[in-house]
Amino acid sequence: MSANAGHAAAADVAAAAGGAAGAAGARLLRVQGLRVGYEVVHERARAQLVAVRDVAFEVARGQTLGIVGESGSGKSSIARALLRLVPAQAGQAWFLGQDLLQLRGARLQAMRRHLQLVFQDPLGSLDPRMSIAETVAEPLRVFEPQLPDADRARRVLAMLQAVGLSAAHLQRLPHEFSGGQAQRIGIARALIARPQLLLCDEPLSSLDVSIKSQIGNLLKRLQQELHLSMIFISHDLSAVRFACDRLLVLYLGEVVEQADRDSLFGAPRHPYTRALLQAAPIPDPRRARARRRVPLTGEMPSPLAPPSGCVFRTRCPHALERCARERPALRALGASLVACHRAEELDGAGA
Amino acid sequence: MSARPAGERIPMSVPLQRPAAPEPPAASPSSVPPARAGAFWRLTLRRLAAQPTTRVAAALLAMIVIGCLVIPWLSPYDYYTPHFDLLSRGPMLAGAHLFGTDPLGRDLLVRVMWGCRISLAVGVAASLVSVLIGVAWGAIAGYVGGWLDSTMMRAVDVLYSVPFVPFVIVLTVLFGRSLWLLFVAIGAVSWLDIARIVRGQTLSLKQREFIEAARVAGVRGVDMISRHIVPNLLGIVAVYATLTIPAVILFEALLSFLGLGVQSPMASLGSLVADGASDMQAHPHLLIVPAALLSLIIYCFNYLGDGLRDALDPRSR
Amino acid sequence: MPDPSAAPEPLLQIRALTVSYPAGAHAGALPAARATARPGARPARAEAHLEVVRGVDLDLAAGEILGIAGESGSGKTQLLLAILGLCGAGARLRGSVRYRGEELLALPAAQLNRTRGARIAMVFQDPATALNPYLTIGRQLTEVLRVHRGVGARAAERRAGAMLEAVHIADAARHLRQYPHELSGGMRQRVTLAMALIAEPQVLLADEPTTSLDVTVQSQILALLRELRERTRVAIVLVTHDMGVIAELADRVAVMYAGTLIEQAPVEALFAGPRHPYSEALQRCVPRLDGPPPQRLASIPGQPPDPAALPPGCAFAPRCAYRLEVCERSAPPLVQAAPRHWKACHYDEPLGRPGPAASAAAAATLAAGEVP
Repeated sequence: MSANAGHAAAADVAAAAGGAAGAAGARLLRVQGLRVGYEVVHERARAQLVAVRDVAFEVARGQTLGIVGESGSGKSSIARALLRLVPAQAGQAWFLGQDLLQLRGARLQAMRRHLQLVFQDPLGSLDPRMSIAETVAEPLRVFEPQLPDADRARRVLAMLQAVGLSAAHLQRLPHEFSGGQAQRIGIARALIARPQLLLCDEPLSSLDVSIKSQIGNLLKRLQQELHLSMIFISHDLSAVRFACDRLLVLYLGEVVEQADRDSLFGAPRHPYTRALLQAAPIPDPRRARARRRVPLTGEMPSPLAPPSGCVFRTRCPHALERCARERPALRALGASLVACHRAEELDGAGA
Repeated sequence: MSARPAGERIPMSVPLQRPAAPEPPAASPSSVPPARAGAFWRLTLRRLAAQPTTRVAAALLAMIVIGCLVIPWLSPYDYYTPHFDLLSRGPMLAGAHLFGTDPLGRDLLVRVMWGCRISLAVGVAASLVSVLIGVAWGAIAGYVGGWLDSTMMRAVDVLYSVPFVPFVIVLTVLFGRSLWLLFVAIGAVSWLDIARIVRGQTLSLKQREFIEAARVAGVRGVDMISRHIVPNLLGIVAVYATLTIPAVILFEALLSFLGLGVQSPMASLGSLVADGASDMQAHPHLLIVPAALLSLIIYCFNYLGDGLRDALDPRSR
Repeated sequence: MPDPSAAPEPLLQIRALTVSYPAGAHAGALPAARATARPGARPARAEAHLEVVRGVDLDLAAGEILGIAGESGSGKTQLLLAILGLCGAGARLRGSVRYRGEELLALPAAQLNRTRGARIAMVFQDPATALNPYLTIGRQLTEVLRVHRGVGARAAERRAGAMLEAVHIADAARHLRQYPHELSGGMRQRVTLAMALIAEPQVLLADEPTTSLDVTVQSQILALLRELRERTRVAIVLVTHDMGVIAELADRVAVMYAGTLIEQAPVEALFAGPRHPYSEALQRCVPRLDGPPPQRLASIPGQPPDPAALPPGCAFAPRCAYRLEVCERSAPPLVQAAPRHWKACHYDEPLGRPGPAASAAAAATLAAGEVP
């Protein structure tokens, strides 16, 4: 792979990124038919574990899409497949004029600049042997190799200051920082090369309550200042409610509901979404104990042996015989998309 | 973000600053200090120095190293000139023969110090070579994986099965006895352990999240191995290198004991032990002195290696 | 100070409990001492001991659920471990922990073992590591009975099966023969609960029992805990950082910050009218799903406290919106603010609106953090 090919690819991407810049609301990412599976050994035999099954969604410029699901829902696999950290079995992901899933070599490398990730474990995502100045400078080293050292150092410092750290922290090692500070470093690293799309994989989950809010506010502010688009993956409903414009609810690798934030929280249509909202603890003892709650029974089935038909039917209080035979398609109901055979008739039941 | 009015006492934690714009401001700081990753090693050194056994081991080794450099230079005796009037005398103050003399009247102290020089030189140099080869081999095999990994590690397995002593004998027969042959022979076999360990560590490092983060940041291939994998291996490599040195010294001692190592009049600790063993009933000092020194060197390196392992253990941070 | 209105003798009585570790020995029990954000700061090495729990007084009545709320560094986990003598090597415990009048801190290991498991049981955060991967569930369940109650093998099996059913694991007989890795996370946590309760202890210490579980499974486990308390009248000490869990389950709440108990109250009183700025701020930080979606999340400025570098005076003062002069000099004692409501704070005005004693900065912080 010659340097020329690298430059050409980078130029293409820059053109695509620059051309549509500022056209807020324009589509930035379009994913279709995404399927991610892993080969595992299960009971001494090789088996296919399908983590993500036929997922489709879009992200518009300047918008934040939330992907909500519990463990085993496949939400992390979506992020990793888009970032080409794991291979996707099927699907397309149109981003800046190219299909992410088909890119190779110099083109893939050039694309990486515009698709960055904030990790769940802030301390684990930092190389313990590198000072944070080196860590944050790394994307610049890779994507802007011709940048002079002094300029690079200045941009690193500016980025660290933008996330609330200071020059005093430059030479420190990761273990000297708390979780919240380490997450700021991770965000600085992700944003320093000015990506178009930021993926956040449970960025607040491992943080203390008071720090969650600080980092949540930081992400939102940076998004507005840098005109970023974001995909925010989380199991924490209150976090996604704060951060996201549109939401996607995943269960066992499939999209069960997709809606804008107010519709999803105000009028959830899928039984699983309703169950999730009900299960979220309310920090108000009187209301918490007053509400009539029927917790969802059972647990998410293993992705190695998904239920036939609708994947949620084993825990759904409204399951019919039809649900075992026929997989429900994602269809429109009001402003939302729902995958449920009984969506219309259950709609009257309310949240 | 809270704004703090002037005159308010600054709290202990740094308040979140008014964030700067992403573009560097016009009046930017003049110079930012370059990255010093040595912070990690200084911390390790400090923790190492905190353990008493390590301090003692390091002090003893330092004394031995200084001794073997300085004493042959200071001493009026050399290691090869025989003095036929002082054959096989025990340790005595007369004539400053602190360790006595050997069957050819040569001062044992000087010979033993020369022996230490040889043993330490061979130990450190051969370990260095084996570390370089082993780290490169193991890191590449572990990181690339697949068929390259299998091939490289099968090569290691094959080499493991080669019996070392006959191997060295064959080399000696082909190329004659020399110190360099000793280096090559020992270096050729002692990199295998390190290669295996480094490969194992690389495999587990590959799963760590910061490697994934580096991949997302665009780092790949050789860059990844040299910037992220190897520096995170150095800890365990340092431990094993420190523990390889005594193994190499012992191996060299064995070879010299069997007559395959250094040629006389040059002496290594092993050959001195061999000479002393043959005469041990009449003149025990000829055996005890080199054997004691050999044991001491090996103990010290082992304690250092253990201390280094403890100092690097993340759990006791 | 103990709650005088707990009429019968409290089951568990903790007075002035202090847990400290030698500085530099952070093996396993503590997060690594971190440099504060001050330029040039280094973790304190000169101090002889780090106090992670500082002078805590608590009572637990029979059948009561006491919630202990706090973030990392608050000492809440160390408090639980200290009750059962499970703190890491080198820990120094001072004060008194009395279970039914008997002092636990001074007990020799053999007698403490009899109390552990049989009378005071503990459930940990991660069910995967609490279970022995090499033993079947049945073995691990019956072990408690055989060791502590001397029950025979057959009777123990029957009790184990009944216990699994009590924690709503269907098909108990089959699961008894399974190994932990064959069960899902939620089921494993139920099994650890079953193991904890099978010897019918009177106190259950639960350290973040639902944190590692999905939210739908969490609500099942919380309902289960409530049901078990109704049936067996076991007293539960529930340690968590999740205020929602506290609101769901606890009868009384104790809030910890930097090793100190800073507020203690019945759960409704704490949520309706917190008296300590930290409790108040913590509640505001938890975004609710009802009400309009927030534009900004309320947060507490600064960092969680570092046990190696605690300020003189009140540990929360650097981050407090109601900070007074006196707060930086002297640590406030725990005083009664209302019936059954205790707080450790110098600021006496009601919280939530800046009073005349609050500094201007407090008003600014409050305004900045307010949820619209």
